Amino acid sequence: MKNSKFSLLVVLTLVLSLFLTACYGGNKNESSTTPKDNGNGEKAETPSVPQELKVFESAELPSMDSVMAEDAASFEIINNVNEGLYRLDKDQQAIPAVASEDPAESEDKLTYTIKLKDNAKWTNGDPVTANDFVFAWQRALDPKTASPYGPYMMIGKIANADKVYDQSAKPEELGVKAIDDHTLEVKLVKPITYFKELMAFPSFYPQNKKFVEEKGDKFGTNAENLVFNGPFKMTDWGGPTASSWKLEKNADYWDAANVKLETIQFNVSKDPQASVNAFESGEADKTPKLATAAIISQYENDDQMERFLEPSVWWIKMNQKNPALKNENIRRAIALAVDRKALVDDVLQNGSIIADGIVPKEFAADDSGKDFRETGKYLETNKEEAKKLWAQGLKELGESKLNLGYVSQDTETAKLEASFVKEQLETTLEGLTIEVKSVPFKIRLDLEDKMDYDLLNGGWGPDYQNPMTYMDLWITDGAQNKMAYSNPKFDDLIKQADKETDLNKQFEIFAQAEKVLLEEDVALSPLYQRSVNVLVKEKVKGLVHHNIGGEYSYQWVTIEGE
Amino acid sequence: MTKYILQRIVYMIITLFIVVSATFFLMKLIPGSPFNSAEKLSEAQLQIMNEKYGLNDPVPVQYVKYMGGMLKGDLGTSFQFNNTPVTTILADGIGPSATLGLQAMFFGTIIGIFLGVIAALKQNTWIDYGSTFLAVVGKSIPSFVFAALLQYYIARELGWFPVMLWNGPEYSVLPTVALAMFPISIAARFMRTEMIDVLNSDYITLAKAKGASSFQISMKHALRNALIPVVTVLAPLAVGLMTGSLVIEKIFGIPGIGEQFVKSIVTNDYPVIMGTSILFATLFVVVILLVDILYGVIDPRIRVSGGSSK
Repeated sequence: MKNSKFSLLVVLTLVLSLFLTACYGGNKNESSTTPKDNGNGEKAETPSVPQELKVFESAELPSMDSVMAEDAASFEIINNVNEGLYRLDKDQQAIPAVASEDPAESEDKLTYTIKLKDNAKWTNGDPVTANDFVFAWQRALDPKTASPYGPYMMIGKIANADKVYDQSAKPEELGVKAIDDHTLEVKLVKPITYFKELMAFPSFYPQNKKFVEEKGDKFGTNAENLVFNGPFKMTDWGGPTASSWKLEKNADYWDAANVKLETIQFNVSKDPQASVNAFESGEADKTPKLATAAIISQYENDDQMERFLEPSVWWIKMNQKNPALKNENIRRAIALAVDRKALVDDVLQNGSIIADGIVPKEFAADDSGKDFRETGKYLETNKEEAKKLWAQGLKELGESKLNLGYVSQDTETAKLEASFVKEQLETTLEGLTIEVKSVPFKIRLDLEDKMDYDLLNGGWGPDYQNPMTYMDLWITDGAQNKMAYSNPKFDDLIKQADKETDLNKQFEIFAQAEKVLLEEDVALSPLYQRSVNVLVKEKVKGLVHHNIGGEYSYQWVTIEGE
Repeated sequence: MTKYILQRIVYMIITLFIVVSATFFLMKLIPGSPFNSAEKLSEAQLQIMNEKYGLNDPVPVQYVKYMGGMLKGDLGTSFQFNNTPVTTILADGIGPSATLGLQAMFFGTIIGIFLGVIAALKQNTWIDYGSTFLAVVGKSIPSFVFAALLQYYIARELGWFPVMLWNGPEYSVLPTVALAMFPISIAARFMRTEMIDVLNSDYITLAKAKGASSFQISMKHALRNALIPVVTVLAPLAVGLMTGSLVIEKIFGIPGIGEQFVKSIVTNDYPVIMGTSILFATLFVVVILLVDILYGVIDPRIRVSGGSSK
């Protein structure tokens, strides 16, 4: 009898172990991800290399609904399985996608008429029509949709977008109209010199009304509840929490003849060293961004490492609500005191470069192809000058020492950077004590929003290909200003630039505005522009990197023999 | 016994209620908004989005709504994963996490108990020292170090197992081994100490005197009595393992629930914070209840007396 209790224990453990063995099977993509890639010698004899790619990403896809998407990972996949009027090519130039040609502009440059291809199709067989654009844009501005990015991208650009969003105008009054199935008319609030590039952003993509309405709440929840019009279609995706997904060539795509890649298997890996291990063992052909200097240094001078300058600029914001930071000499001293060359070369060590201004390098060029960054360099490090200005500033304030808080994010890189900035400021500027607060991103935003900081390490990535995406952040009471900076001269220049239809003239105005912001007012202190480092197998050719919207285009990729 | 269990279940529900309520109000104190691109949203946009997600209501109203939904099995939808019900996130994530945790627990405990028993029986021999050494290593080196070493040497260099991902049993071997090191060392240490205690007690001497074989003594008399404290220690550990190890899951790219615990808090994803807390708390109290019942199975003295009398 006593033994029966002991056997009960044994039975329990047996049941447990049965449960264990039955617990796999969440993912069903064994075929393309097994590490043993070639079984028999057959592979070597066949002349054509399988056009398959294995990509590791650092995050899941929070949304595949182009109206709801708001993050880099989602934008990238949406850009590969769908397309808008235009798409960016390898030189970041907008080329016709659903549109059949460049738009026809009205004389005041406020109305664009765009002809659409008649062979662009959805994967459910429907043609892509002008109405699909009208539907998607209206949906993005419907407050019931509560799209985060749609209103942000459209208000101030598309006619009546603000009124449709606050419901003082009907959705039909939005500045987008289907003249016929293959002609779309877009009305703007102001001339937009980068109209075609803007249309390449996923928030402006078309959506198939019939499909979206039929699926209702289920739309976009997994691969079956999506419809595509791009070079690839998604064939396996369990939804926003899925850690793997698969794209296959879309045979119905109008340019399918030029898409060589047959499948792309994506997997999520959040650990950089693990991604590198998988890359080395052949489980991945491309890794996510490698941020750690220790890993990047192993691949310095290795052909497998690809490095791109990202249009992402980081700076120190100086909150002028603080009386000490209202003093211009104090601000200039802080801006000149940090050795930014040492920051990028010795601390970050990831290919990042010194930021000479607010607008990044290799981001926007004028009509002659001249990079905007060539217009000027501001606030170059000068410790001697900084010391002088600091002493003068303290005198004006009637203080002998200052304590300032420095809000920074809690990522490894940000912490490293913060301790470097602290050391630089404290040793250069006598009497200054910096108290670093490393907080999560959301908390940083909250502190910034409430202007509850002295110095803050922030940054910005672009939403469209024009310096304006960085410049209008600093207008008086602008939503991103949040440091009590105000200069009517600067505001005026931004207003002028906003109306300017000639790109070269617009760039001149931006250059003046940037000079006011940095050289005259020292409103903030730019630190560095970030680089992206990824590992890509050498057999992968034609991978295209973009600065805006989706980061990579896979449609021109071919896999060559090793 | 039944009365005892029922009483415990009532306590369990009260505990859960308190945990859920406390989490809800504490969570509302976290600064920041739950929206991902909060930095790009205008005031008007924030208003509209808050309205849609019911964040404009006073906190007590939100609390009552949440508790009402929870009783109906609705835990809300996530902010970071657009429109995904929290129940789906938990259901998708708990499978891999629990599989991994239970495997680590199962193999870890068996190996640990085995090591502990051997060490106790061969006290002060090289076997004892070897097993103690293993236990110390397992306890003092964090599992993610084992994970990184196993991944680098066994998977990347030797190629015996896949480096990462979760596509079948072979993918679970390395993470299980890494995760099992801790239960192995805990079980081995406790087992050895308890076993030595029991072996020195009077009733073992009596059993010896009655002429029982040493195998019979160790298996039938000593082992069972020594198991009780080990079960007490391992049960809460099991919950920790089942609900996922953030770092192990990250290193091996396992789509488990471990990361949700941390990520939801950092991103202010309120419904997921609540969901994971409820799941964790529930598992914890249930396991504690199971442990109490298991005591009865292992040691009849406890079952008879229950919780009410001595």
